[in-house]
Amino acid sequence: MLTEKEIQEIEHELTLYPIKNAACIEALKIVQEHRGWVSDESIKDVAGILEMSAEEVDGVATFYTMIFRKPVGRNIIFVCNSITCYMLGFEPVYNYISNKLGIRFGETTPDQRFTILPNPCLGDCDHAPALMINKDHYNKLKPEMLDEILEKYK
Amino acid sequence: MMETPLTQNINLEKGPCSLKGYIKTGGYSGVAKALKEMTSPQITQAVRDSNLLGRGGAGFNTGMKWSFVKIDDPNETRYVIANGDEMEPGTFKDRLLLEGDPHQLIEGMIITARAVNASVGFIFIRWAYKKAHKIVEKALAEAYEAGYLGKDILGTGFNFELHLHTSVGRYICGEETALINSLEGKRATPRAKPPFPQFSGLFGKPTIVNNVETYCNIPHIIKNGPIWFKGLSKTGEGGTKLYGVSGRVKKPGVWELPLGVTVRELLEVHAGGMQDGYKFRGLLPGGASTDFLVEEHLDVPMDFSSVSKVGSRMGTGTMIVMDDKTCPVAFIHNLIKFFANESCGWCTPCREGLPWVEKVLMKIEEGQGSEKDIDILKFHTKYLGPGNTFCALAPGAMEPLQSGLKYFAEDFERHLKEKCCPWKK
Repeated sequence: MLTEKEIQEIEHELTLYPIKNAACIEALKIVQEHRGWVSDESIKDVAGILEMSAEEVDGVATFYTMIFRKPVGRNIIFVCNSITCYMLGFEPVYNYISNKLGIRFGETTPDQRFTILPNPCLGDCDHAPALMINKDHYNKLKPEMLDEILEKYK
Repeated sequence: MMETPLTQNINLEKGPCSLKGYIKTGGYSGVAKALKEMTSPQITQAVRDSNLLGRGGAGFNTGMKWSFVKIDDPNETRYVIANGDEMEPGTFKDRLLLEGDPHQLIEGMIITARAVNASVGFIFIRWAYKKAHKIVEKALAEAYEAGYLGKDILGTGFNFELHLHTSVGRYICGEETALINSLEGKRATPRAKPPFPQFSGLFGKPTIVNNVETYCNIPHIIKNGPIWFKGLSKTGEGGTKLYGVSGRVKKPGVWELPLGVTVRELLEVHAGGMQDGYKFRGLLPGGASTDFLVEEHLDVPMDFSSVSKVGSRMGTGTMIVMDDKTCPVAFIHNLIKFFANESCGWCTPCREGLPWVEKVLMKIEEGQGSEKDIDILKFHTKYLGPGNTFCALAPGAMEPLQSGLKYFAEDFERHLKEKCCPWKK
């Protein structure tokens, strides 16, 4: 069941579009903002409000990489693996984090503290290699900088 | 002194240019002029005469694009959209404009809306540009407050609502019809063209989609005229351009320069040349989906027509430099893996072909490849090329592959002969 607040926020979005299903992505973003991810049940709830089938909503949800259909950790590390970062040291950065946390791309630590995901170009190419944790960008990375950065996220 | 209209207000260390700061350098006087002194066709004509070519990478004449919109029916809803889905690997120019001077984009969109009689606009920004989301949102609120957006703008009776949309990922959103589907809340798959968005775009209404940098040029063209704008360039293509360089160079960065500076000047002067201990092998001139240029092309001017004459594209104008300590096969494999992941899956050649190419490149990189695999790659550069797929994603992916096979043939051969990657020995 969606909360009163989630429903209110979704209904506000509906007023901004000429047709209901146009608010589909915004509705999924709202649910994820409140819950961290989008469950099967939430897909059905959103479908009910937007007068769409659950399959249609899921078709949209699974298309976009930033809608999570599985639970994620409290903090998400997005490591840029595109070409400039790849050349300038993506691998040592990724290997360091992966070894330290004991997780690989797509996985979450058992204490739910971190999820690590690959990410296409973050637009930090002039300061490569780069990564993002939640909403924060970090660049010109070296493995020895990572302990301190990770420490900021509990 | 060299004029840099697009970046004159940008100083990232001080934060984004405020409304006050923007007005101080003549900001929003373009809107005043366009709304009070010019008709819609006059605005479009000025932009057309300026020869501003689309800065997203396709290089189409912006004024000409606008001229296809039918503007006479006063009851028709029309849209203008800013494409800020900057996800082309190696590209980081629109981010500077969004974070540094958001009002410039807003002013460009208001003038464009007037030119095509649009009443609603969207700024579409990729999810990862969190800082830009906040900056643009604040600038929009300031512009509403000051009366540049909303109803009866500057007392002229012109209405324009402008909204921010933040994306939820996927490179394909940068394709204009896929972006429109995404704004409609759907999967971001491209649409068939025709009809072009100028006739049937967002919610089936006439729509203009332009790149962020393209819009940022508009206020300056309106204020100073097309002749001035053409004079900024070293070639017939109007204006300045945001150029960028990344890779093993001494000073990677992004700079506003006259259109048509040479590749060599960008690489050796602005980017400071290669880092010590690294030699130049080649570069992608305008993002991951452009053909390699090599040593013999360094004196080519960086504009749309000159770069296409030597078999590549200027694209976004932000180049990725490949050095001698990077394996060309691994470099191309990284690019293709990106494109395979980002294929929207709508058409078969792209959905099935790109993962196949990716696997073949992986096989060669790991020393398991044969001559037949090179033929398979060549086959794909043809069958995933222009005309065989629904949109430009797969053909774009084939550009670095086809030129890589040509310029780095020896490196591919070495992988086959030595049965390993020579860079990983």
